[in-house]
Amino acid sequence: MGDPALSRRGFLAASAAAGLGMTALTACGGDSDGGSSGTTTIEWWNISTTEPTKSVWAALARKFEAQNPKVKVKIVQLENDAYKSKMTALTSSGKLPDIFHTWGGGVLRQQVDAGMVEDLTDRTKPWGDALLPVAREPYLFDDRVYGIPFDIGMIGFWYNKALFKKAGISAPPTTWSGFLDAVRRLKSAQVTPLALAGKEKWPGMYYWAYLAMRTAGAEALQKAYEAKDFTGAPFVEAGEHLEELVGLKPFQKGFLGAAYSSPTGQAATVGNGRAAMELMGQWAPVVQADSGKGLGKDLGFFPFPEVEGGKGALTEVFGGGGGHALRRGAPQEAVDFLKFFASEATDLELVKKTGVLPVVPAAESAIADPNIKAVQEQLKKATGFQLYLDQAYAPAVGQEVNDSVAALISGSKSPEQVAQSITKTAKEEQ
Amino acid sequence: MTSTYLPDKRAGRDAGPPPPAVRRDRGRARRRMLNWLTATGFQLPALVLFMGFVLLPMLFALYAAFFRWGGFGMPSDYVGGENFTRLFQDDVFLGDLWRCLVLVMLSLVIQLPFALAMAVLLNQRMRGRAVYRMLFFAPYVLSEAITGILFGMIFAPDDGFADQVLGRIGLDGLGGEWFADPSTVMATLFLVMTWKYFGFHMMLYLAGLQAVPRELTEAALIDGAGPWQRFRNVTLPLLAPTLRISVFLSVIGAIQLFDLVWVTTAGGPDHHSETMAVTMFQYGFKRYQVGYASAISVVMFAISLVFALAYQRFVLRRDLAGATTTMRGDGK
Repeated sequence: MGDPALSRRGFLAASAAAGLGMTALTACGGDSDGGSSGTTTIEWWNISTTEPTKSVWAALARKFEAQNPKVKVKIVQLENDAYKSKMTALTSSGKLPDIFHTWGGGVLRQQVDAGMVEDLTDRTKPWGDALLPVAREPYLFDDRVYGIPFDIGMIGFWYNKALFKKAGISAPPTTWSGFLDAVRRLKSAQVTPLALAGKEKWPGMYYWAYLAMRTAGAEALQKAYEAKDFTGAPFVEAGEHLEELVGLKPFQKGFLGAAYSSPTGQAATVGNGRAAMELMGQWAPVVQADSGKGLGKDLGFFPFPEVEGGKGALTEVFGGGGGHALRRGAPQEAVDFLKFFASEATDLELVKKTGVLPVVPAAESAIADPNIKAVQEQLKKATGFQLYLDQAYAPAVGQEVNDSVAALISGSKSPEQVAQSITKTAKEEQ
Repeated sequence: MTSTYLPDKRAGRDAGPPPPAVRRDRGRARRRMLNWLTATGFQLPALVLFMGFVLLPMLFALYAAFFRWGGFGMPSDYVGGENFTRLFQDDVFLGDLWRCLVLVMLSLVIQLPFALAMAVLLNQRMRGRAVYRMLFFAPYVLSEAITGILFGMIFAPDDGFADQVLGRIGLDGLGGEWFADPSTVMATLFLVMTWKYFGFHMMLYLAGLQAVPRELTEAALIDGAGPWQRFRNVTLPLLAPTLRISVFLSVIGAIQLFDLVWVTTAGGPDHHSETMAVTMFQYGFKRYQVGYASAISVVMFAISLVFALAYQRFVLRRDLAGATTTMRGDGK
């Protein structure tokens, strides 16, 4: 990724790639260069290109302008992948938009280390600290605040209550051995315990990542990445636990070729009641109902079980969300906008209209769906947090985790080999 | 330019009435200049586009293959041949080469002979011949992505059309996990490739068969040759140029295979159906190891180039002799 010793030509190429953004930026570079009218224009880059979010956000920007007559909000919207590549180009050119979308984690850290992101710790003091603690995690580095969240979510098991009842399982398991036991019971009741999209690899990675969090503790994945060493005993152990599960043959027929959201994929298999569980994020109910029939009242949620003897706890969360950061030296108006965007009134609207989970504790009341409420409960109790690996890690390392865990699940790599492959890629990435 | 006829005429018209003898030399030089300008003018746009969008990117990929590069800014971390040594130690890439070879062999042994058999069959006078020809050719018209989605549904384990039909007629044993089983994924993929491409090769052969003179077959018939002998000794040799082209297209297609694999299996399960192009995509656009992906593309290019040159030199030599593309015979 970003090379420290960027050549002059490299710099020029990057600026050329960022052409449009650069021109737009230089047009409103200064803090209060509003000119004769005295208005300040703040530029807001986000990835909300789909409805209803797109128009809800636009309306919010107009509302902010109405409340602050001297401020203009200029919205620049880019599709997810286009945004990522444009931001990489902008980062190497050294100039970021006033307000920009961020997932936190490794990428934001790089931008912070390059001195391009505003430290918001003091400027967001009273209201920023009141946001849901777990939602703030991805944007905190060494206890300094570099971003304000507007969404948060997590991975957990979504299960079919009716099928659990059929197999005689009274309560969702809270320990790994209890979980394996539930899998065995479901199998003997002729129920497919788990659906997995083997073709897409990332859903399989969730198992390994959570198991590693449970055996090694919530901080371990991030520390291992920074130390470029995943060969510690708890990581191998995580692979062994996953092997135990795979050994029970818990997945649906043909799972190695299954996609996630296709009509025959993971979500549809659970949504049509043909598998009892899937390990997935807070979006799972929507996709289940979209690609399959959906389970309605039979759907339940439980957190990833604890591994006996492991350092991790049931309340440690694997997830992520979305937030906003400011470029270094952004005008005060941009901070005001973040405050407006993280206010209770705004968050209520976001939760109601765009389906995100609340980051303002008081906005919880807007959640209508019991399952989303269950996720929210879990997030509120969270005692530790690990960001999605594709955002926390460099792309090559994230993909290698996906790839080698997929190999473990299909039986071609041992837990040791998984740990070694990931370590090797992490080292290659400098 | 091969012809100077058109610009000549034009220049003449521009120059008005034939110039006096004194100015003849200057007029000729001017005309030559104009010709040259016209030629350049016509070639420039195509040349610029070709340079900008084909040649330069190719050269740049070759350059980038010697760097560790994430795809943004200019490559600056020179690593020499490291990407290439890593490539030839990578089990997935070596597997890609092996799978490419397997697909080529299967095509040569099964797909093309099958296409030939269908072509010979449909070259006979029979009722509904045109309908059959069209039906068999139709899959070729579908895009690879559509074909992939279609067969992804057909070969879905249990619920898919294939398993359902096999189940209904009591052949459940033949059904299975198709794309989802490492041991059957290549066979399934080849089945789909054959479905999609045999019609194209059949059409090529049909065109070739039309060019076989009836007199020769009749002469052989009169000489007492049986159907097999007529096919083996008359039709097949005359069809050889078509066969050679069809083999060429088939091999190049196997080297570059991407869309179908990406849509049906994305290279899985566990790399068992991955091709060079899929590996390149994974590294270039998923892992952002663009230098390494460039090395893969360079190797793909080299394999295609070596194969194409060798094939032209040794196999297509006779077919190309005296062809319009050679430089000879251009003088006049």
